[in-house]
Formats: sequence, C-alpha cells, structure tokens
Amino acid sequence: MQKKESDLLVVSNTELSKRACLITLESKDKLPRINAGQFAELLVPNCSGVYLRRPISIHAVNVQNNSIEFLVQLVGKGTNALANVKQGEIINTVFPLGNGFDVDNMPYRKPLLIGGGIGIAPLYQLGVDMVSKGIQPTFLFGTRTAQDIILKDKYNAVAPLFYTTEDGSFGTKGFVTDHQLMNSELGQFDALYVCGPTPMMKAVVSKAHQAGIDCYVSLEHKMACGLGACLCCVEIVDGTNTCVCKEGPVFKSDRLQWK
Amino acid sequence: MEMKGMNVKIGALECKNPVLTASGTFGYGLEYQDFVDLERLGGFIVKGTTLHHREGNAYPRMAETPSGMLNAVGLQNKGVDHFIEHIYPQIKHLDTNIIVNVSGASIEDYVACAEKIDALDAIPAIELNISCPNVKQGGMAFGVTASGAESVVKAVRQAYHKTLIVKLSPNVTSITDIAKAVEYAGADSVSLINTLLGMAINAETQRPELSTITGGLSGPCVKPIALRMVWQTFNAVRIPIVGIGGIQSATDAIEFILAGATAVEIGTANFVDPNITMKIVDGIADYMQRHRIDNINTLRGALKV
Repeated sequence: MQKKESDLLVVSNTELSKRACLITLESKDKLPRINAGQFAELLVPNCSGVYLRRPISIHAVNVQNNSIEFLVQLVGKGTNALANVKQGEIINTVFPLGNGFDVDNMPYRKPLLIGGGIGIAPLYQLGVDMVSKGIQPTFLFGTRTAQDIILKDKYNAVAPLFYTTEDGSFGTKGFVTDHQLMNSELGQFDALYVCGPTPMMKAVVSKAHQAGIDCYVSLEHKMACGLGACLCCVEIVDGTNTCVCKEGPVFKSDRLQWK
Repeated sequence: MEMKGMNVKIGALECKNPVLTASGTFGYGLEYQDFVDLERLGGFIVKGTTLHHREGNAYPRMAETPSGMLNAVGLQNKGVDHFIEHIYPQIKHLDTNIIVNVSGASIEDYVACAEKIDALDAIPAIELNISCPNVKQGGMAFGVTASGAESVVKAVRQAYHKTLIVKLSPNVTSITDIAKAVEYAGADSVSLINTLLGMAINAETQRPELSTITGGLSGPCVKPIALRMVWQTFNAVRIPIVGIGGIQSATDAIEFILAGATAVEIGTANFVDPNITMKIVDGIADYMQRHRIDNINTLRGALKV
C-alpha cells in the first residue's frame, strides 16, 4: 500500500467533549486505498515543544470527497494543539500507515467490537466496512462516565450499540467485561475486536481465550517514525519484538504474550 | 535534477552528494522508498548490525523531549547473517552507497561481523559503532577511551579492506583524543556524533519514561554540541569527517560542512519528515548556486574565523 506525505486541508474541527475532538481533513488528490484500523502521522502545526508527529488512528474515510476523519483524544501538548487547529488550516500528514483490519478476508458473521474510551476510534470504519460486506457487528463501549460518551448517534446508525460506565451514569455499571454481552451472551459472537487502554484490552483478551473466541487487538504504542524504521513502538509478537506501526497496529491476540 | 560539484569522497568512497542517512533512523532504506528516491542520496547507513540476533531493550524505548527525542532501542536487529540473506538481496542493486553500521560486544564480534560484510560486493563501507549508549556492551565501552577505541579499530582494520568509518560517542571528555586514536588505528573516516546520554522522568507516575532509565538524545537540541565537536575534530585529524547531529535543513548541513565535515548524516529528522533528505539535497544545490560555489569541497572547513 503506497504511503504518502501530503498537506491536507482542515475542513472541520469539532469539540466532542473536554477530552476529544473530531478533525476532518481533505486531500486535493484522490485518496489512496485506506483500510479500517490504519493510522496517520499528523504534524502538529506551529506548536513549540512538540517535535515529533502524532500517530492518530483513522476514524472514517470518505472516498467521495477525499476526506479522512480523525478522532483525537486530548492527552498532552500535541493533541491539545491539534484541537485548536482551525478550519482552512493545513495539517501535513503521512498516511496510510500500518496494517488495519482485513475486512475482505474476514470469516466471521457476528463480531463484537469493543472500545474503551478513545479506543472506539478505529472501530467506526471497521463497523461500516463490516456492514458493507454483510457482516453484522455489535458495538460495546466503555467509558468512565456518561459525560465521556461521544458520537453515540453516529455509531448507532451503523450497528447496535451498548455502553458500560464505571460510575453507572449510563448503560451497565462497571467495565466492558462486566456487560452481559461479555458474559452470559458472549456465545452469540464469533470474534471480538478490541481497542482501548491496555488493562481493558488484556481483560477482554483473557475472556476471549477462555471462551475460545478469536480476538483482535488494535495497539496504541508510543511511536516516532510510524514507518518501521526507528523500532521504538515494539510489542512482543510471535515471541519477538515487533513494530506496532509497521506490522500492526492490529494483531490477533494469540500472537501476543498476554496471559 | 542532478547537480554538478556536489560529489565528495570519504576515503575511497565516492558519494554523488554529501547527504547520507544515519543508522537506526532509516531502517534498510526500504522503509522510505515511498518518499525518497534512494538513488539521489549520497548513501544510506543501515540499522546497527551485530554478529548475532539481538532483541533490543524492553518497551518503552522512546520519549519526546523539547526539540528532540530520547531512544533506548538497544541495537535490535536479526544479526548479520539475516541481513546478508534477506535484506542485502533487496537493496544491493541500488545505485547509491549502502553502508552497514556494525556493532558488537567484543572485539571478536566486531571483527567477525566486519569480515562477513567485507565479502559483500555492493557494500563499499562500514560504519563502526563504538558509541551506542543503550546497551551495556554496545561498544560505548570501546568508544569512551582512546585505548579502547584504538584496539577495536586496529583489529577491524586488519579484517576489513574497504572504507572504514568509525562513529564516535559525544559522551567523552575529549572527542579529539578519541578521534586521533581512531585515525592512528587506521580508520578512513570518523562520523560524529552518536546520541548524548540523557534521561526523562514522568513526574505524575514518578517513573522513568524509558525502560532503561537512560537513553540517547538526538534531534535539533544536540546540533550545537555536534557542530562544536565536528569543528574540534576537524582541527585535530586529517581523515574526512561525517557530521551528524540534529540536521534538519540544507542550512544545517552547510553549517556542518563549514565546520569541517566532508559529508553529513540525516537522522532523527527522517522521523518528522520522511522526505527531508531530498529537500536537503536540493537545498544544498540551491545554496551553492546562490553563493556561486562550483564545488562543495571548497566549503569544507571554510568557516571564517
């Protein structure tokens, strides 16, 4: 898959909550093929103290108007600066990076897509692509509190959507692994796709292994190059240090050393 | 566009321009193929290669710093035989200089690795890494004393017959002492600087940012130190110098040449702009035109003091 570096135009930047924004970037040229689960490296414009690009997963792709959506969690200086980028500005972007989800060769009929916090980001396009292939996904998202819930209608338009909140202010109280979909009703699903904080992903993987269900994780490691050159973002996969940026960020969970 | 007057020589190594890439920042060149015409580079230096497979250090291996970054990769590579069997066939046809960065934990390892590379027709030079700060025996033990540097370079010089570049550590009291020892031991060139030993702490978690606690600092923040060391070394040795350290524009590259570098390596900047090397090649040509310089070699060490 051809990677490119180009100046993309900010067509919108919407604040979704105190901790998240949705940035839509438009390309003058026709977009290359982009798979759900791939990511891009965004150069933060005019931000002193931020040297490296920020790896952000691709939330949605619109091939009609050559635009890409990024769901950005505001975690530090770089992402906060991205939240302040205005419509009409330019963000230099390297994309598409990594291997996403292989929807074309997916043997599953009824997968559960599990997102923790901003970990929902790669699951939107995944859900859309699954539906277009006749696969029937279900979303299960966990947040700390009801205030953290974002883009509910957008996801709900794609597939059935369920929530857990840690404080019980919306949906089922607890973690995603406390939801009935992950317990008494888990047997209806033939695969799990998960993205979120590492402890949450590990808990989901553990449930999947116990139940004998295929499980895929999308990892979010600290990265520099995003191209497999610097070897900074490694995870032990198949017993050896492997670049998440190049060989991932999506891995089948049985390849990891997560027990 | 190909430019005249940009070719330089590092020992017997002829480069079409002075722009090389630094080891560990450019993979095996293949990672940058979508962005860079590899044949427009003066050369590229592949990831640090050791005699045996190395897993490298545990994650996390990277921390961003003001105007730079720390890394603690720890020479992860699959070993020289893997390079020869699987990587070399994919890159050997390229019309540029492919230089292998060689690391080791013992003199015997350095020599054995260099001997294997010596046999590869399409590899005209090695860069001997006696300066990796991220592994206990990453060579920095050799690179921080003049006698240690001399002993490893002497041994490799006997076993390796093409251009031998030795990459120096800045984590020393006097880089000129090391450079002189390396020159005396038979090196054709010195490249400098490798990363500076540094550290980053997360005050919230009260933990180090790197699994190894300390790591190597690179990026624009190290450029003034690198320039100073290139200038000092230029005034201390006769062999050509390859300047490295925070270069991210043609202007930066010219500054290193003015300080005495014959060529430069672009490192961390590749992470920020994967196409930076091409911009620097073009920018040097533009600088030469603006300053009416016919031959880049006339600029070397031409600092007006």
